[in-house]
Amino acid sequence: MPEVRGALKDILAGGVFIAIGLAFVVGSLSYDIGTPLRMGPGYFPLLLGGLLAGLGVLILAKGFIAGEGDAIGAVDWRAVVMITAALLFFGLTVRGLGVVGALFGASLLSALARSRTTIREALIIAVALTALSVIVFIVALQLRLPLVGPWIPV
Amino acid sequence: MDLFGNLGLGLETALRFENLLWCLLGVILGTAVGVLPGIGPTATIAMLLPVTFTLEPVSALIMLAGIYYGAQYGGSTTAILINLPGESSAAVTAIDGHEMARNGRAGPALATAAIGSFIAGTVATLVLVLFAPPLARVALTFGSPEFFSLVVLGLIASIALARGSTLKALAMIVLGILFGTVGRDIYGAPRFDFGVRELFNGINFVSVAVGMFGVAEILRNLEDEKTRKLVTRTITNLFPSREDFRRMAAPIARGTVLGSALGILPGAGHVLASFGSYAIEKRLSKRKEEFGHGAIEGVAGPESANNAAAQTSFIPLLTLGLPAHPVMALMIGAFIIHGITPGPNVIREEPELFWGLIVSMWIGNLFLVLLNLPLIGIWVRMLTIPYKMLFPAIIAFASIGTFSLGLNAWHVFAIAFFGILGYALIKLGCEPAPLLLGFVLGPLLENHLWRSLIISRGDPSIFIDRPISAVLLVMAVGAILIAVLPAIRRRREVVFAEEDD
Repeated sequence: MPEVRGALKDILAGGVFIAIGLAFVVGSLSYDIGTPLRMGPGYFPLLLGGLLAGLGVLILAKGFIAGEGDAIGAVDWRAVVMITAALLFFGLTVRGLGVVGALFGASLLSALARSRTTIREALIIAVALTALSVIVFIVALQLRLPLVGPWIPV
Repeated sequence: MDLFGNLGLGLETALRFENLLWCLLGVILGTAVGVLPGIGPTATIAMLLPVTFTLEPVSALIMLAGIYYGAQYGGSTTAILINLPGESSAAVTAIDGHEMARNGRAGPALATAAIGSFIAGTVATLVLVLFAPPLARVALTFGSPEFFSLVVLGLIASIALARGSTLKALAMIVLGILFGTVGRDIYGAPRFDFGVRELFNGINFVSVAVGMFGVAEILRNLEDEKTRKLVTRTITNLFPSREDFRRMAAPIARGTVLGSALGILPGAGHVLASFGSYAIEKRLSKRKEEFGHGAIEGVAGPESANNAAAQTSFIPLLTLGLPAHPVMALMIGAFIIHGITPGPNVIREEPELFWGLIVSMWIGNLFLVLLNLPLIGIWVRMLTIPYKMLFPAIIAFASIGTFSLGLNAWHVFAIAFFGILGYALIKLGCEPAPLLLGFVLGPLLENHLWRSLIISRGDPSIFIDRPISAVLLVMAVGAILIAVLPAIRRRREVVFAEEDD
């Protein structure tokens, strides 16, 4: 069915908004809702979660009715995985390895997100970026972050 | 409250040596990221916000503002030389600017953009000086119900002028507000923290901005890398001829007026201003056939319009605390980091900061003209930095910058979360800008709702009973109608469609 495939963007977007909206609704119900006069922590998110789910329904409906739209296009999964890995690596190791180790790992992983970059190139980029970041952030801007962390015995 | 006394105070602040230096650094960085396709001012300002924490508030804001308007200048350089607008508002400049470059007139095109931008920036700064104080005085009389309605109007108006689906943009605003509720509620009780202690203070807006505008953009760029064609050999004669000067004068004047007016509006004011100016110049010109083939009017008008708008978009920020677009939302964050509540009180309680910032923008514009024209060769060289080196640098700088904000690894994890979410939503046709505005304004909205309902003893009709609030809400409804009415919608698409010509 070409019409349905054409409006896939709207249908998926509507679905995402409905799911997130309902998640916030369910989440808010576990908190005190309160009254308009004394709003509980759940009041505002409950209202907006419902609104978001409602907008999601409208977008979904529009997707089914309009039936036309662009294709979504391919997703570069390698890039998604490597960039996420780079950020997680930095967050998980910056205290243990210190800034130098965490930066090197994050730069290397993110450089490899581009499929045409070779390992050799990525290593060079990672070394250069680590040096540059240390100069900019630690030497010039004087952020008080440890260069080497407790995981690395000196 | 005399104007000259205020401007004197501003000059004194802006001309302090360290502030001049921060201003210069800001516009240099801004020009650089404006020139480089693939990284914009939003991601840059978000990455650098944490490190301005140690500066004086006024110095920090002067530098961050410099990045913003510096990027407008840099964006037009890229648009003219490689037909790849570094900034969305420079898309129009690319049409005739790049044609001029191909005809061997890159120099005069760049000079026209710089001269137009400088004149527009100067006039728009004056507009800011004249209109901001009275507007702030009006806003000082507002109570919570008025502010609630004002924020609603600001959020809705910001999407009425933008391109794309209105429904999706509305949903993005609501989603942003919802993410803003993570952390603590008004009474300080934990909410949506999933038992994670690090989330107790909420999601940091730096993570949201870097993820949505930095990481998501990288993921999109990695899908298909475009090869860039540089027109460099032709920059020999920089100076426009007398004929050029004669032809650019009127477009610069018209562009400045249009830009100053549209910049105050929330949303894509500066984008709309440059597109609108191009349409006007094309209609008024006696040489319509030259448009699209290197008409100098098509560079002078839009460039003046977008720079004027960039300047006047500070008016709603400084007087009402309302951001007109994502960069202004980050400026709100910068104010808050430095312990200043943006809004009508800034002008009264922080006159040095208010006037210093405004005067610094004029000085920054002067720096930009002096910097851009003679040093054009250096900026062109920056274009040779390959993307394979640029994007890992963005990831590395974003990680360390965001981590330094409270030494909290969760801020870095949040970048990954919002990067993937932003990428997915962009793929589904949802623009990230409304989400960031909703995220920044959400807590304000909840706070004013809460206060208003206490004033009215729980009766929501307070928002229509108070006249100013009612007018603001009617305007918000009007803005939605404008966005969805088919007739106006079609005309709006036409304005944006000029881009594809």
